[in-house]
Amino acid sequence: MSLATGAFFVFAVGAIATAILMITRKNAIPAALCLITHFFCLSGLYLTLQAQLLAALQVLVYAGAIMVLVVFVIMLLNPETEVHSPKHSQVRTILAIVFVGVLGLQLLAFLLGQQSSYTALLPKSAVVGSVEELGRALYTDYLFPFEAVSLLLLTAVVGALTLAKRKLLN
Amino acid sequence: MLQSIPLEYYLVLSGTIFCIGAVGVLTRRNAIIMFMCIELMLNSVNLTLVAFSSFLGDSAGQIFVFFTMTVAAAEAAVGLAIVLAIFRNKQTVYVDEVNLMRW
Repeated sequence: MSLATGAFFVFAVGAIATAILMITRKNAIPAALCLITHFFCLSGLYLTLQAQLLAALQVLVYAGAIMVLVVFVIMLLNPETEVHSPKHSQVRTILAIVFVGVLGLQLLAFLLGQQSSYTALLPKSAVVGSVEELGRALYTDYLFPFEAVSLLLLTAVVGALTLAKRKLLN
Repeated sequence: MLQSIPLEYYLVLSGTIFCIGAVGVLTRRNAIIMFMCIELMLNSVNLTLVAFSSFLGDSAGQIFVFFTMTVAAAEAAVGLAIVLAIFRNKQTVYVDEVNLMRW
Protein backbone atom coordinates (compact mmCIF):
# COMPACT_ATOMS: atom_id res chain seq x y z
CA MET A 1 0.00 0.00 0.00
CA SER A 2 1.50 3.30 -1.07
CA LEU A 3 1.67 6.42 1.04
CA ALA A 4 -1.14 8.12 -0.91
CA THR A 5 -3.50 5.17 -0.50
CA GLY A 6 -2.76 5.03 3.20
CA ALA A 7 -3.39 8.75 3.55
CA PHE A 8 -6.65 8.41 1.62
CA PHE A 9 -7.95 5.68 3.92
CA VAL A 10 -6.89 7.49 7.10
CA PHE A 11 -8.64 10.70 5.99
CA ALA A 12 -11.70 8.84 4.64
CA VAL A 13 -12.24 6.92 7.88
CA GLY A 14 -11.62 10.12 9.85
CA ALA A 15 -14.13 12.05 7.75
CA ILE A 16 -16.89 9.43 8.12
CA ALA A 17 -16.22 8.93 11.85
CA THR A 18 -16.32 12.65 12.63
CA ALA A 19 -19.46 13.08 10.50
CA ILE A 20 -21.28 10.33 12.45
CA LEU A 21 -20.00 11.73 15.77
CA MET A 22 -21.24 15.18 14.73
CA ILE A 23 -24.85 14.18 14.10
CA THR A 24 -25.06 12.14 17.31
CA ARG A 25 -23.75 14.75 19.79
CA LYS A 26 -26.32 16.10 22.20
CA ASN A 27 -24.66 19.47 22.67
CA ALA A 28 -23.82 21.90 19.91
CA ILE A 29 -20.22 22.64 20.93
CA PRO A 30 -18.88 19.03 20.63
CA ALA A 31 -20.75 18.78 17.32
CA ALA A 32 -18.98 21.93 16.10
CA LEU A 33 -15.59 20.52 17.17
CA CYS A 34 -16.31 17.27 15.28
CA LEU A 35 -17.25 19.30 12.21
CA ILE A 36 -13.95 21.22 12.40
CA THR A 37 -12.04 17.90 12.52
CA HIS A 38 -14.13 16.73 9.57
CA PHE A 39 -13.08 19.80 7.58
CA PHE A 40 -9.42 19.06 8.31
CA CYS A 41 -9.92 15.47 7.03
CA LEU A 42 -11.55 16.84 3.87
CA SER A 43 -8.61 19.18 3.41
CA GLY A 44 -6.31 16.14 3.57
CA LEU A 45 -8.48 14.40 0.95
CA TYR A 46 -8.13 17.45 -1.32
CA LEU A 47 -4.37 17.13 -0.92
CA THR A 48 -4.49 13.50 -2.08
CA LEU A 49 -6.28 14.87 -5.17
CA GLN A 50 -3.50 17.47 -5.67
CA ALA A 51 -5.88 20.39 -5.09
CA GLN A 52 -3.49 22.45 -2.97
CA LEU A 53 -5.29 25.79 -3.17
CA LEU A 54 -8.64 24.29 -2.20
CA ALA A 55 -7.05 22.35 0.66
CA ALA A 56 -5.71 25.64 2.06
CA LEU A 57 -9.02 27.43 1.46
CA GLN A 58 -10.94 24.61 3.15
CA VAL A 59 -8.99 25.17 6.37
CA LEU A 60 -9.01 28.97 6.09
CA VAL A 61 -12.64 29.53 5.08
CA TYR A 62 -14.51 26.58 6.62
CA ALA A 63 -12.49 25.56 9.67
CA GLY A 64 -11.42 29.17 10.19
CA ALA A 65 -14.10 31.68 9.29
CA ILE A 66 -17.41 29.79 9.11
CA MET A 67 -16.88 27.58 12.16
CA VAL A 68 -15.70 30.52 14.26
CA LEU A 69 -18.99 32.21 13.38
CA VAL A 70 -20.96 29.07 14.31
CA VAL A 71 -19.14 28.60 17.62
CA PHE A 72 -19.63 32.31 18.37
CA VAL A 73 -23.40 32.00 17.84
CA ILE A 74 -23.55 28.81 19.99
CA MET A 75 -21.72 30.61 22.80
CA LEU A 76 -23.98 33.63 22.43
CA LEU A 77 -27.23 31.66 22.56
CA ASN A 78 -26.03 28.97 25.01
CA PRO A 79 -28.75 26.48 24.10
CA GLU A 80 -29.31 23.77 26.69
CA THR A 81 -29.01 20.03 26.01
CA GLU A 82 -31.56 18.74 23.57
CA VAL A 83 -34.62 17.28 25.28
CA HIS A 84 -36.02 14.17 23.69
CA SER A 85 -39.66 13.19 23.70
CA PRO A 86 -38.94 9.49 23.13
CA LYS A 87 -41.96 8.37 21.09
CA HIS A 88 -41.81 11.28 18.64
CA SER A 89 -38.05 11.09 18.23
CA GLN A 90 -38.00 7.30 17.60
CA VAL A 91 -40.47 7.47 14.72
CA ARG A 92 -38.61 10.39 13.22
CA THR A 93 -35.22 8.66 13.43
CA ILE A 94 -36.52 5.43 11.86
CA LEU A 95 -38.23 7.33 9.04
CA ALA A 96 -35.11 9.41 8.41
CA ILE A 97 -32.89 6.33 8.23
CA VAL A 98 -35.32 4.56 5.88
CA PHE A 99 -35.55 7.55 3.53
CA VAL A 100 -31.81 8.13 3.51
CA GLY A 101 -31.19 4.39 3.08
CA VAL A 102 -33.26 4.52 -0.10
CA LEU A 103 -31.29 7.57 -1.22
CA GLY A 104 -27.99 5.80 -0.50
CA LEU A 105 -29.07 2.69 -2.42
CA GLN A 106 -30.01 4.85 -5.40
CA LEU A 107 -26.60 6.55 -5.29
CA LEU A 108 -24.86 3.18 -5.08
CA ALA A 109 -26.90 1.71 -7.94
CA PHE A 110 -26.09 4.77 -10.05
CA LEU A 111 -22.38 4.51 -9.28
CA LEU A 112 -22.22 0.79 -10.04
CA GLY A 113 -24.28 1.24 -13.21
CA GLN A 114 -22.00 3.97 -14.54
CA GLN A 115 -18.80 2.29 -13.49
CA SER A 116 -17.50 1.33 -16.92
CA SER A 117 -17.56 4.95 -18.11
CA TYR A 118 -15.10 6.27 -15.56
CA THR A 119 -12.92 3.37 -14.50
CA ALA A 120 -10.82 4.25 -17.55
CA LEU A 121 -10.27 7.79 -16.26
CA LEU A 122 -6.76 8.61 -15.16
CA PRO A 123 -5.57 11.94 -13.82
CA LYS A 124 -4.43 14.04 -16.76
CA SER A 125 -2.26 16.63 -15.12
CA ALA A 126 -1.13 17.38 -11.63
CA VAL A 127 -1.00 21.18 -12.07
CA VAL A 128 -4.79 21.67 -12.29
CA GLY A 129 -5.15 22.45 -8.59
CA SER A 130 -2.19 24.79 -8.33
CA VAL A 131 -2.63 28.42 -7.29
CA GLU A 132 -1.24 29.58 -10.64
CA GLU A 133 -3.69 27.58 -12.74
CA LEU A 134 -6.77 28.38 -10.66
CA GLY A 135 -5.84 32.05 -10.36
CA ARG A 136 -5.46 32.40 -14.11
CA ALA A 137 -8.84 30.75 -14.72
CA LEU A 138 -10.49 32.86 -12.03
CA TYR A 139 -9.28 36.20 -13.42
CA THR A 140 -9.85 35.44 -17.11
CA ASP A 141 -12.62 32.95 -17.91
CA TYR A 142 -14.52 33.35 -14.64
CA LEU A 143 -14.06 37.08 -14.07
CA PHE A 144 -17.78 37.90 -14.17
CA PRO A 145 -18.85 35.20 -11.65
CA PHE A 146 -15.95 36.30 -9.46
CA GLU A 147 -17.22 39.89 -9.38
CA ALA A 148 -20.83 38.78 -9.00
CA VAL A 149 -19.94 36.64 -5.99
CA SER A 150 -18.26 39.64 -4.34
CA LEU A 151 -21.58 41.50 -4.69
CA LEU A 152 -23.35 38.48 -3.16
CA LEU A 153 -21.00 38.57 -0.16
CA LEU A 154 -21.64 42.30 0.30
CA THR A 155 -25.40 41.68 0.18
CA ALA A 156 -25.07 38.84 2.70
CA VAL A 157 -23.11 41.06 5.12
CA VAL A 158 -25.73 43.81 4.91
CA GLY A 159 -28.54 41.26 5.27
CA ALA A 160 -26.91 39.60 8.29
CA LEU A 161 -26.41 42.96 10.00
CA THR A 162 -30.01 43.99 9.34
CA LEU A 163 -31.37 40.69 10.67
CA ALA A 164 -29.18 40.45 13.74
CA LYS A 165 -29.08 44.01 15.04
CA ARG A 166 -31.23 44.99 17.97
CA LYS A 167 -34.09 47.36 17.41
CA LEU A 168 -32.99 50.90 18.16
CA LEU A 169 -36.36 51.93 19.56
CA ASN A 170 -37.86 50.15 22.61
CA MET B 1 0.80 9.44 -6.72
CA LEU B 2 -2.77 9.77 -7.94
CA GLN B 3 -3.05 6.55 -9.92
CA SER B 4 -3.21 4.40 -6.81
CA ILE B 5 -6.68 5.58 -5.74
CA PRO B 6 -9.61 5.00 -8.15
CA LEU B 7 -12.24 7.68 -8.67
CA GLU B 8 -15.04 5.45 -7.33
CA TYR B 9 -13.54 5.54 -3.85
CA TYR B 10 -13.97 9.30 -3.71
CA LEU B 11 -17.51 9.11 -5.11
CA VAL B 12 -18.62 6.42 -2.63
CA LEU B 13 -17.01 8.35 0.23
CA SER B 14 -18.76 11.59 -0.67
CA GLY B 15 -22.07 9.75 -1.16
CA THR B 16 -21.70 8.27 2.33
CA ILE B 17 -20.96 11.67 3.89
CA PHE B 18 -23.93 13.18 2.03
CA CYS B 19 -26.25 10.49 3.45
CA ILE B 20 -24.92 11.06 6.99
CA GLY B 21 -25.60 14.78 6.59
CA ALA B 22 -29.12 14.06 5.32
CA VAL B 23 -29.85 11.84 8.34
CA GLY B 24 -28.61 14.67 10.56
CA VAL B 25 -30.89 17.25 8.95
CA LEU B 26 -33.91 14.94 9.27
CA THR B 27 -33.35 13.80 12.86
CA ARG B 28 -31.94 16.81 14.71
CA ARG B 29 -34.21 19.68 15.75
CA ASN B 30 -31.54 22.12 16.90
CA ALA B 31 -31.35 24.79 14.18
CA ILE B 32 -27.59 25.28 14.60
CA ILE B 33 -26.86 21.54 14.29
CA MET B 34 -29.18 21.28 11.27
CA PHE B 35 -27.22 24.16 9.77
CA MET B 36 -23.94 22.30 10.38
CA CYS B 37 -25.39 19.16 8.75
CA ILE B 38 -26.19 21.23 5.65
CA GLU B 39 -22.55 22.35 5.60
CA LEU B 40 -21.60 18.64 5.75
CA MET B 41 -23.74 17.90 2.67
CA LEU B 42 -22.32 20.90 0.78
CA ASN B 43 -18.80 19.69 1.52
CA SER B 44 -19.47 16.16 0.31
CA VAL B 45 -20.60 17.58 -3.04
CA ASN B 46 -17.46 19.73 -3.11
CA LEU B 47 -15.40 16.55 -2.72
CA THR B 48 -17.12 15.04 -5.76
CA LEU B 49 -16.41 18.16 -7.82
CA VAL B 50 -12.74 18.22 -6.82
CA ALA B 51 -12.35 14.48 -7.56
CA PHE B 52 -13.85 14.80 -11.05
CA SER B 53 -11.85 17.97 -11.73
CA SER B 54 -8.63 16.25 -10.75
CA PHE B 55 -9.35 13.08 -12.71
CA LEU B 56 -10.49 14.91 -15.86
CA GLY B 57 -7.62 17.42 -15.77
CA ASP B 58 -10.06 20.33 -15.98
CA SER B 59 -9.90 23.23 -13.53
CA ALA B 60 -13.61 24.13 -13.92
CA GLY B 61 -14.66 21.79 -11.10
CA GLN B 62 -12.29 23.42 -8.64
CA ILE B 63 -13.51 26.88 -9.68
CA PHE B 64 -17.06 25.68 -8.88
CA VAL B 65 -15.88 24.57 -5.44
CA PHE B 66 -14.37 28.02 -4.93
CA PHE B 67 -17.75 29.62 -5.65
CA THR B 68 -19.57 27.06 -3.50
CA MET B 69 -17.35 28.04 -0.58
CA THR B 70 -18.17 31.71 -1.13
CA VAL B 71 -21.90 31.03 -1.26
CA ALA B 72 -21.60 28.83 1.84
CA ALA B 73 -19.91 31.70 3.68
CA ALA B 74 -22.74 34.06 2.70
CA GLU B 75 -25.26 31.39 3.72
CA ALA B 76 -23.55 30.97 7.09
CA ALA B 77 -23.71 34.70 7.80
CA VAL B 78 -27.40 35.08 6.87
CA GLY B 79 -28.49 31.72 8.34
CA LEU B 80 -26.91 32.39 11.72
CA ALA B 81 -28.38 35.89 11.73
CA ILE B 82 -31.82 34.32 11.21
CA VAL B 83 -31.18 31.89 14.10
CA LEU B 84 -30.20 34.87 16.26
CA ALA B 85 -33.34 36.77 15.29
CA ILE B 86 -35.56 33.73 16.05
CA PHE B 87 -33.83 33.26 19.40
CA ARG B 88 -34.43 36.90 20.25
CA ASN B 89 -38.16 36.58 19.50
CA LYS B 90 -38.97 33.05 20.72
CA GLN B 91 -36.10 32.25 23.17
CA THR B 92 -35.46 28.92 21.43
CA VAL B 93 -33.27 27.36 18.72
CA TYR B 94 -35.44 24.25 18.29
CA VAL B 95 -37.35 24.28 15.04
CA ASP B 96 -40.22 22.26 16.60
CA GLU B 97 -41.06 25.21 18.81
CA VAL B 98 -41.15 27.69 15.93
CA ASN B 99 -44.59 26.69 14.68
CA LEU B 100 -46.40 30.00 14.31
CA MET B 101 -47.23 29.42 10.63
CA ARG B 102 -48.08 25.73 11.00
CA TRP B 103 -51.61 24.81 9.94
